[in-house]
Amino acid sequence: MKRFKLPVNVLPIWPALGIVLAVGWITVTIDGGSFFTSSNMTNILQRSVALGIVAVGQTVAILVGSLDLSVAYLISLSSLVAAETMDGKESMLVPAIALTLALGAGVGLVNGLVVTKLRVNAFIATLGMALVLKGYLADNYSRPSGEVSETWKSFGYTRMGPVPVSIFLFVGVALVVGFVLRRTRWGYHVYAVGGDEPVSALSGLRTHRVVIGAHVLCSVAAALTGLFLASRLGSGTPRVGTDGGYDLESIAAVVLGGTALVGGKGRVNGTVAAVLVLAVLDNVFNQLEVDPFLKQALRGVVIIAAVALYARRRLVAREEETSAPPVETTGPTEVVPA
Amino acid sequence: MSTATVEVPEAGAVAAPSAAQRVSAALGRSAPVFAVLALLLVWISIENPNFTDPPVFLAFLKRAAPLAVLAAGQYFVIVAGEFDLSVGSLVTVTVVVAAEVLADHPDGVIRAMATVVALGAVVGLANGLITTRLRVPSFITTLGMLLILEGAVDYWTDGAPKGSLSEDFRTLGRGGIDDVPWLEQLPWSVVVLVAVAVGAVLLMRSDFGKRLIAVGDNDRAAGLSGVNVPRTRTIAFVVSGLAAALAGILLGGFAGVSAQVGDGLEFEAITAVVLGGVVLGGGRGSVVAAVAGALTLEALFTLLNLLGLSAALQDAVEGLIIVAAVAFAAFRLRPDR
Repeated sequence: MKRFKLPVNVLPIWPALGIVLAVGWITVTIDGGSFFTSSNMTNILQRSVALGIVAVGQTVAILVGSLDLSVAYLISLSSLVAAETMDGKESMLVPAIALTLALGAGVGLVNGLVVTKLRVNAFIATLGMALVLKGYLADNYSRPSGEVSETWKSFGYTRMGPVPVSIFLFVGVALVVGFVLRRTRWGYHVYAVGGDEPVSALSGLRTHRVVIGAHVLCSVAAALTGLFLASRLGSGTPRVGTDGGYDLESIAAVVLGGTALVGGKGRVNGTVAAVLVLAVLDNVFNQLEVDPFLKQALRGVVIIAAVALYARRRLVAREEETSAPPVETTGPTEVVPA
Repeated sequence: MSTATVEVPEAGAVAAPSAAQRVSAALGRSAPVFAVLALLLVWISIENPNFTDPPVFLAFLKRAAPLAVLAAGQYFVIVAGEFDLSVGSLVTVTVVVAAEVLADHPDGVIRAMATVVALGAVVGLANGLITTRLRVPSFITTLGMLLILEGAVDYWTDGAPKGSLSEDFRTLGRGGIDDVPWLEQLPWSVVVLVAVAVGAVLLMRSDFGKRLIAVGDNDRAAGLSGVNVPRTRTIAFVVSGLAAALAGILLGGFAGVSAQVGDGLEFEAITAVVLGGVVLGGGRGSVVAAVAGALTLEALFTLLNLLGLSAALQDAVEGLIIVAAVAFAAFRLRPDR
């Protein structure tokens, strides 16, 4: 059987995005709605920003062989810290952003230290952090609190033509993280540690620092998502992170984007495409007025099916290459020159 | 997984060790959980002297039974090197479906129980087949299953489940054998818990248990030695699904019908198993220790309640203690790294 082959550099999630867009366009049009309008495109982009930023951070954590289940509560806490520090005052904008990002870095540092120095499995370590943050939130906040400044509020809503300005935050984060992973020494170390930590350690990498750095990056991304959501909502909300299900949803997006859950293999642009796919699906379901509960069930089916297709593709590829040594196509193979 | 590969595989884990070796190995690995459990129970009985009265202690076991059953099921999946995140939503589905069946057939307690047990087996089978045959990582399979089950149950009931569980159905979760000397009442759920624990131990001592450990330790080696790896793992998922259905029956009897009854139980079950010293990634740990982990978690909740901590702070303290316990276990396991 002859199989259509993608160029090695294109992750299959991108054509999948094209297919989802096409199918969405057709079904919505048949249903009597309109899909490719600028307001609808804005809607889709807007929706992908929050999940997109945290998912890019999650990509780094997963690439290094870890994962972060605490992001949802961190997002809530970040939105509250940002809004309460700003308190509607323009002058507090920069300090509030700095403080929120510092909070993210601090949480990531603790996660990373617990995973590396205390040798706690990342699943348990970040679940523990999630419980600690959950307890802190429930103990101190019961309702939305604080107020973001006018500038920050407008950031969430301003558009350039059909393009929301906030999308640049998402694209910026994705580009920076993508660059760091693919073009810097530290990025190569992330792939190395995620691929095989003992071997990396024996090769002289300070693996603990790499893992800690990945966790800091992941948590800072979550804090950024919290900042963005505060801008959208105008205040901080104790349930915004968990209501969005950003913990499991971001992990699903990363895996949907072709990153291996065991680490060492994957790319940021796959995560970006996966986030867009989820946003388009969400939009199509909304336009077709699918019951929200049914929507959730369908999303579960889509995630499993997509990852099953990936696994199948990888299996077929491996069978075709059984004679030749495996060719690494999704991660760097050479050590970057200094 | 990556860290497990550097450890020297214990030959004894696969090749039938002597009884003495087995006992000392099991204790060496899981003694911390029994020590912590004993400490917590002593602390609770200092705070609440009544705790040592048989009825009060049995009430504690009764409360802990659903989580302990869930942990026993989760143990099989984790020791085989996988995760099952769908058990919490499966507990909810069990309770809601049982209520619906009983609404149509008020006397059909057996029918309701058979339905939900079959449902648990089918969900476990689906998890297992998708994970092993379609090669989807179990984290994603069971996460997707969680979304599907939660969405389906809310869609079906419009977010607010109707009906109630009949008294007969609830007996297993909250009733007991009356007039037992000294104990006053022996709760059915404690009987179920003991039966599940004994059954799990026997299953782990059977050939299947040996194969399961081998698969979790090194699936490639196990496969090359003639173990049917996909089938072994699939059975583990079915066991977990059955345990979730049973936990749902107990919890439904204990707490009644709601769409939130199973929320977060998957993480509690995994935490309990890990507290018991079972290593995520598979191949290590005992099912008795996993059940002890569940009792430890429940004892912790009880103690924090007695100490008058707000529910919010209980979460925070629970998180800290779980991380501390696992860190402690990690140092005992790998002092050389």
